[in-house]
Amino acid sequence: MSDITKQSLSELVENIKSKKLSSSEVTKAFVERSEKSKELNTYITEDYANALNKAKKFDEKPNLDLKLPGIPMAVKDLFCTRDLRTTAGSKILNNFVPTYESTVTQNIWNEGAILMGKLNCDEFAMGSSNETSFFGNVQNPIDKNLVPGGSSGGSSSAVAAQLTPITIGTDTGGSIRQPASFTGTVGLKPTYGSCSRYGIVAFASSLDQAGPMAQNVKDCALLQEVISTYDEKDSTSIDFKRNEYSKELTKDIKGKKIGIPKEYRVDGMPKEIEDLWKKGIEYAKDCGAEIIDISLPHTKYALPTYYIVAPAEASSNLARYDGVKYGFRAEGENLIDMYEKTRSEGFGAEVQRRIMIGTYVLSSGYYDAYYLKAQKVRKLIKNDFDDTYKKVDAILTPSTPSSAFKIGEKTNDPVSMYLNDIFTVPVNLAGLPGISIPAGHDAKGYPLGLQIIGKAFDEQNILNIAYAMEEKINFKNNITDWWIK
Amino acid sequence: MSIDLKTIKHISKLSRISVDEKKAEKLAGDLNSIFDFIEKLNELKTDNVEPLTSVAETTLKLRSDEVKSKNLRDQVIKNSPKENEDYFVVPKVIE
Repeated sequence: MSDITKQSLSELVENIKSKKLSSSEVTKAFVERSEKSKELNTYITEDYANALNKAKKFDEKPNLDLKLPGIPMAVKDLFCTRDLRTTAGSKILNNFVPTYESTVTQNIWNEGAILMGKLNCDEFAMGSSNETSFFGNVQNPIDKNLVPGGSSGGSSSAVAAQLTPITIGTDTGGSIRQPASFTGTVGLKPTYGSCSRYGIVAFASSLDQAGPMAQNVKDCALLQEVISTYDEKDSTSIDFKRNEYSKELTKDIKGKKIGIPKEYRVDGMPKEIEDLWKKGIEYAKDCGAEIIDISLPHTKYALPTYYIVAPAEASSNLARYDGVKYGFRAEGENLIDMYEKTRSEGFGAEVQRRIMIGTYVLSSGYYDAYYLKAQKVRKLIKNDFDDTYKKVDAILTPSTPSSAFKIGEKTNDPVSMYLNDIFTVPVNLAGLPGISIPAGHDAKGYPLGLQIIGKAFDEQNILNIAYAMEEKINFKNNITDWWIK
Repeated sequence: MSIDLKTIKHISKLSRISVDEKKAEKLAGDLNSIFDFIEKLNELKTDNVEPLTSVAETTLKLRSDEVKSKNLRDQVIKNSPKENEDYFVVPKVIE
């Protein structure tokens, strides 16, 4: 089969299970395509030789009862992988080789998948364009010099370019859904507490969640069912009954009540996004859903709240990088000088900026005015969703306020970069699940996404709505392989 | 409000990140534009609102107090930038 990399995850699983394809054939195909795609800069660390060896071993004694039998997969470089360098896109972790495995990746390997390498991302997942990575920009396969979104930009680019059948990212304020939207792929941010945070390099612990990024909704559901487990190693992991999401997936969403929040019609929103949203509403109606106008009055306060809460938690989490226990060290005249030089040389500009914001809002005299205030507003934002979910089953919004932008276009204006996450951030603040599905193109031919937000622990419902709408939308990505010489 | 260079120097000290004059000026500009945007929260009255510290409305689970990971010394020290046998090495602290 010459078109192995064009197959979806579900097709590959089916073909391996029915022995039409071996793991070695599949792994070789994705490794070869990845090798031809270096220009995209999706990988930080490649592990191809090991992957091919593991595939060979799998084929010698295949366990075809597993959910991901012999499937090769590259993952975001924020997940600790035992004995394979994990950088979080930062110079400060350039030489860090974990001695343990994240729970989410362990779950994936337990189901038979094979690690191909680690994918580029914004430094410590702080960014919306993958431009803050120490390892350089990632190209969006949609067009040259276009950002793939961020922070999971290597992941979105790799899935869209078919360098990996599926992948995982992490989402603190939109870092799965926005890059999915920018690359015409599907990305799910699960309910807070659904996927273990153990072994994921921490950014903002009350917001971080891992989730699948895929070519289609069914693949996304299958990976979610693998990665979502209760884990006693994460004290915020929640013990609830998890569905077999892919098996229970249905396109029957008749009578589901879908809310349309008027506050998401923001000032200056391009007409293309407005039109896409209207089309999305029509698709949902075609699927039998009932559309209800709703109000989430505190929406406009979500981003300012996020830019207090996330940097505050980050400044605390990133205090561990001191040049002593692991990672990069710059020499200094004394201990304090060593700390300050290590952190100044080891962290990039955006990470330093956020540590400074976080330190400031937590500092003596400012804590109440900023951090406590933000926690109170966060409560109001969550209350908006709680009230709304008495009336509706899910909420439909655009994923992003624009399509992908050019590399370098927004790097000098942090606030304009932050505005990218205007539709995704409220979901993290309230701890809810949200999925972005590709739903159309703008005039330039760049993909645009729609977001479906669910009740806490109701991943099945938003996956079902996404699955039903996906069929009606019938989206096709325009990827020309321009980077392959 | 406005964050001046003196405040930047203070935050940089608290953050253990060294900044020179040029970097301090750039940071002051960036932080001021970000805080202008954050100040929007002051429009809201929140006197009687409970702060939300965790979205997960569960109490922390208890577990028995037993050691599960043992003999990790080599693993713990493996990634240190400078070590001497079983110790992390740092610049001299006590004169």
